Amino acid sequence: MRRSWLIEFWQYHELLYFMVWRDLKVRYKQTLLGVAWAIIQPLFSTAIFFLFFGKIAKMPSDGIPYPVFAYLGMAAWTYFSGATSYASNSLVNNANLLTKVYFPRLIIPTAGVLASLPDFLIASVVGVVVMLIYGVTPSVAFLLWPLIMVPVVLLTLGVSLILATLNVRYRDVKYAVPFLLQMWMFLTPIIYPTSIVPERFRHLLFLNPMVGYIDTLRAAALPGRDMEWGPFGVAVAISLVVLAVGLINFRRAERNFADVI
Amino acid sequence: MLAVQVQGIGKRYRLGQFGQGDTMLREALVNFVRNAGARKNRDNEYVWALENVNFNINKGEVVGLVGRNGAGKSTLLKVLSRITYPTTGDFSVQGRLASMLEVGTGFHEELTGRENIYMNGSIMGMKRHEITARIDDIVEFSGVGAFIDTPIKRYSSGMRLRLGFAVAAHLEPDVLLVDEVLAVGDAEFQKKCLKTMDDLRGGGRTVIFVSHNMAAVENLCQRVIWIDKGHVREDGPTQQVLSNYMATFANAQQGGADLGAIKSRVGSGDVILTGLDVLDKQGQTLNFVRSGDALSLRLHFDARSEIRDLHVGVEIRNELGMLMTISNNWMNGLSVSRVPVGQHHMDLDIDFLNLMPGRFYLTLWLKGPDSKNHDLLENCMVMDIETSDYYGSGRGINPQFGLIFLPARWRASEGLVTS
Repeated sequence: MRRSWLIEFWQYHELLYFMVWRDLKVRYKQTLLGVAWAIIQPLFSTAIFFLFFGKIAKMPSDGIPYPVFAYLGMAAWTYFSGATSYASNSLVNNANLLTKVYFPRLIIPTAGVLASLPDFLIASVVGVVVMLIYGVTPSVAFLLWPLIMVPVVLLTLGVSLILATLNVRYRDVKYAVPFLLQMWMFLTPIIYPTSIVPERFRHLLFLNPMVGYIDTLRAAALPGRDMEWGPFGVAVAISLVVLAVGLINFRRAERNFADVI
Repeated sequence: MLAVQVQGIGKRYRLGQFGQGDTMLREALVNFVRNAGARKNRDNEYVWALENVNFNINKGEVVGLVGRNGAGKSTLLKVLSRITYPTTGDFSVQGRLASMLEVGTGFHEELTGRENIYMNGSIMGMKRHEITARIDDIVEFSGVGAFIDTPIKRYSSGMRLRLGFAVAAHLEPDVLLVDEVLAVGDAEFQKKCLKTMDDLRGGGRTVIFVSHNMAAVENLCQRVIWIDKGHVREDGPTQQVLSNYMATFANAQQGGADLGAIKSRVGSGDVILTGLDVLDKQGQTLNFVRSGDALSLRLHFDARSEIRDLHVGVEIRNELGMLMTISNNWMNGLSVSRVPVGQHHMDLDIDFLNLMPGRFYLTLWLKGPDSKNHDLLENCMVMDIETSDYYGSGRGINPQFGLIFLPARWRASEGLVTS
């Protein structure tokens, strides 16, 4: 049964493609700034963090210019948080589809998660520019970013599935999501380095898979750094657990979507 | 060979789900809850929208699904479309199923007509190469022509509808579920849709068709399933089921009817029908009507605001929903250019009722010159026409002798012996 569920999802992969395409097309058509939005978001938050944490609070940044440090973290975080908040509302936003036609419901949140990837790609290219401006030569390992992002996308999907399912039943989840993401951001070393966290708490920090991902992305982009595959592996394992929980819960709940949405 | 097999399907909703639910569910079920309210137990917070529904449909059959609003037709279609899960029972569908519970599902305002064809087509289960292969036909069928590459936010509602139906008409599924799509759109477009449905029938496709348009059901379907309060009330040949179904439409009322209390009415309500009297030539209430009678239908209406150019119409249908005639004042050369606020009536004098004995249904309406309804009461009244001894032969008039009663005389040539 579970097998056929996934097979069916694959049979509809063209619909997934069209949903992603629609999301992108509409998003870039409707917003005044279009594609520029993908750059402005991480760039502006980096500028603000640079001002408050880099300049005023003198936050350490592992010996690289603070804006480079913060931006590299911000790029991946912007993807994660943007995609999660978008996808967690996707079922409710597509209620008219859920009540009018059948297709694998999993397609809707999956499309939401994938549709944010082009933004991340653009933000990554801008990351290279930011590094060059501050005289930091990007490492060749930067090219590993797409690969490192694969488990990030799976984590995003897992979290989104859980939130989207809850959102169908409880409408106040919508208001809790931004708050949750903000808390999560401060628990993730984006604007501060992992090294300022006391040693005895550090293993706890790695229970947050975004920590392992952002550290790995940074290490890949910056020259002369060794990748730490241990924390990355833990993050991947946790992500897969989250995804599995999300999928199982989604499959159980989707029977009632059309009735309660 | 079976195309659809339905075994013991039941669908239970929790009452609480309606209260907080959004408009989506409300649209389909509020009516049902109202109807069910009468028979629900106090300690029972569930309602059954469907209960123990069984039927089989053979490949190539075109089956009509009829029933009142809230009877469970839409729930049944949603279960068969896999949009919602049955609480009990099981069903199977052979081959690809497409459901048209609305046209243009997934249309997005910002996308062009062409882009929406791809979007809508793939939501309905078409593959990209299939859409590409048929896109020229779809565009042609839709008739939106040069607007195909314009965002549909610039389309009229009619254009959207045509575009949506055009995609649906090219789905080529094995089993097609259709819900009320023909209820909208102009007459010409409706004809086109009906023709397409007819072609589907010819093409050996299995179709389940929900409509309140009895003429369309009769025209398209060999078999009708009548759903009443969540159960299959009758399942059989179209004519038989439809005539039983229509017999429950309105309580037989001879002489006159109070129309003000009818709830299922369509229109702006600026002016509403309040009553109908059936009168004889002297203006006395008629308690029965016979073939060949002279009579007047007096339509009472109440204008809540001043109306210009009022058209008053009467439609008469037979038991199968077949339209016998329409009459309205404007067509007959009497224009009513101004209706002051207040109570009024108009009389339709029928010199000679040349309908066969039988049961007929009256649809009454008040419209503006733009054909917009002020008030529309569909099949609001039953008129039973009795047989009459019009010719004084003592043999009556037999309804099996056709649809209309032709007032005529026979004459014999000289030399024939008559008595």
